[in-house]
Amino acid sequence: MGVGINVEHLNAWYGTTHTLQDINLNIPANHATALIGPSGCGKSTFVRCLNRMHETNPIARATGVVKMGDIDIYKDASPVTIRRRVGMVFQRPNPFPTMSIYDNVASGLKLNGFRNKAILDETVERSLKASALWEEVKDDLKKKSGASLSGGQQQRMCIARALAVDPEVLLMDEPASALDPVSTSKIEDLIFQLKSQYTIVIVTHNMQQAARVAENTGFFLNGKMVEFDSTDRIFTNPKDKRTEDYITGRFG
Amino acid sequence: MSTNAFHTPPPNGEGEMRAPMDFQSRRMRLNSAWRYAVNHAVTGLAVLSTLLVVAPLVAILIYLVYMGSSSLNLAFFTKIPAPVGETGGGMANAILGSGIVLGLCSVMGIPVGIAAGVYLAEFGRGKALASAIRFTADVLNGVPSIVMGIAIYSLIVMRQQHFSAFAGGVALAIMMVPTITRTTEEMLATVPHAIREAALGLGVPKWRTVLSVSLKTASPGIITGCMLAFARVAGETAPLLFTAFGNQFWSFRLNEPIAALPLQIYVYAMSPYDEWHRLAWAGSLVLIVMIMVAVTLVRIYASRGVLKGAS
Repeated sequence: MGVGINVEHLNAWYGTTHTLQDINLNIPANHATALIGPSGCGKSTFVRCLNRMHETNPIARATGVVKMGDIDIYKDASPVTIRRRVGMVFQRPNPFPTMSIYDNVASGLKLNGFRNKAILDETVERSLKASALWEEVKDDLKKKSGASLSGGQQQRMCIARALAVDPEVLLMDEPASALDPVSTSKIEDLIFQLKSQYTIVIVTHNMQQAARVAENTGFFLNGKMVEFDSTDRIFTNPKDKRTEDYITGRFG
Repeated sequence: MSTNAFHTPPPNGEGEMRAPMDFQSRRMRLNSAWRYAVNHAVTGLAVLSTLLVVAPLVAILIYLVYMGSSSLNLAFFTKIPAPVGETGGGMANAILGSGIVLGLCSVMGIPVGIAAGVYLAEFGRGKALASAIRFTADVLNGVPSIVMGIAIYSLIVMRQQHFSAFAGGVALAIMMVPTITRTTEEMLATVPHAIREAALGLGVPKWRTVLSVSLKTASPGIITGCMLAFARVAGETAPLLFTAFGNQFWSFRLNEPIAALPLQIYVYAMSPYDEWHRLAWAGSLVLIVMIMVAVTLVRIYASRGVLKGAS
């Protein structure tokens, strides 16, 4: 089951650029939360701060409090333990090219030293079923490389890979932006099913997508969070003029 | 005439309406004949260059087979060199010696080279130490092999007061390191950052990501680099002159002078005896075939288990 995320006074920098400025946000457990905003507004940086991927860049820095359940992820835990609890799906599918489909999905467990074959088999099957890919690949699990799948299949495999480590939170950074409409709708269906069990944070450029999958939506602009509310409110009756301008297409 | 996007006149109205391209015009025909000619000329040049590169290699191989194969017999692979004046004898001790020295230098040079490359690519980005190592490796790559031999002579041989297989191995290992380091670094740099992020995002520690993801993905290129370095030092004579020294008898110990094919070839080729000249040809042929077999075996071994559709 997912946990809620509590963000207080989060600031982030790349070198001297202040990419995130004092973000305060409550992301409810077991719901999908969408983050929208023009390119470069800091939404990707924000999700990367939620699993401490931000700090893998040597010039990047972050301050503030991010609480996942009771744990302050910047104080009480190492980046490695946090990332095991927080799955991440990236903008472009990034399968491990040398690994089979099976090994790709099992990689999170295998690379962390987990060897029990029966449990691995079961986890791979469960994860691929959860990401609606099982029927398409079950005959080639160990024969084909993960890189041999189509883009949409690769992305669903990457979701399965993230689910296989049994995370509580799933971060998705524009997961469908490199995919065709059919694959996109499959991914959206998937998010819709998954959000009952995981806390999902999804960054998207596609406002219809936010409206379709997310209960809550946050609008980012120039490194600040302008507005956070239920998706309905944001799209029908935004409080801030800038949000309204953005969703009606007047800029960005 | 239809006005599509390509033929719309400039908005200021000063430009004339341009005629659509006439693909049958004289100028177009000339143009296409010219491009056709250039295309074929450049392709021809590329083929010619390839032939120029391959021709010497093939010529050397054919000549070696022609000159060397007549002296290849069972004795060549089983007997040690015959004393001056006697006929027969072989290079069995030199073949074994080369195997020992090359094994020794691979065991020392390959891990060090790869580890240094991993540091440069994965941990040392933008650090002063990394730049220093990179520079040192490039300089080391340009050091003449005879200088390497003399350096090891003064560092190891002088101190131990005797030539040894170990000293030969160290000299060759140092010659291997820079090539392997730089190839490893370059191959790791071609591994997409997204793949590393995928592993880190799954909670895989950095060291494990480097070992199981970055190195694994880059391994075909790294193996090629190691093979190039191996093939290069396998034929080196100069660094062994002052270190392994050579030996006319069997030697299995690492702390004794040891025979090696390049040394034996060098000695025999310089000798005044026709018989020894023929043996030198045969030794050269065996050396080249040994290198080719070793490289091929490693390639076959490395390519096993590559999956369908793996890139």
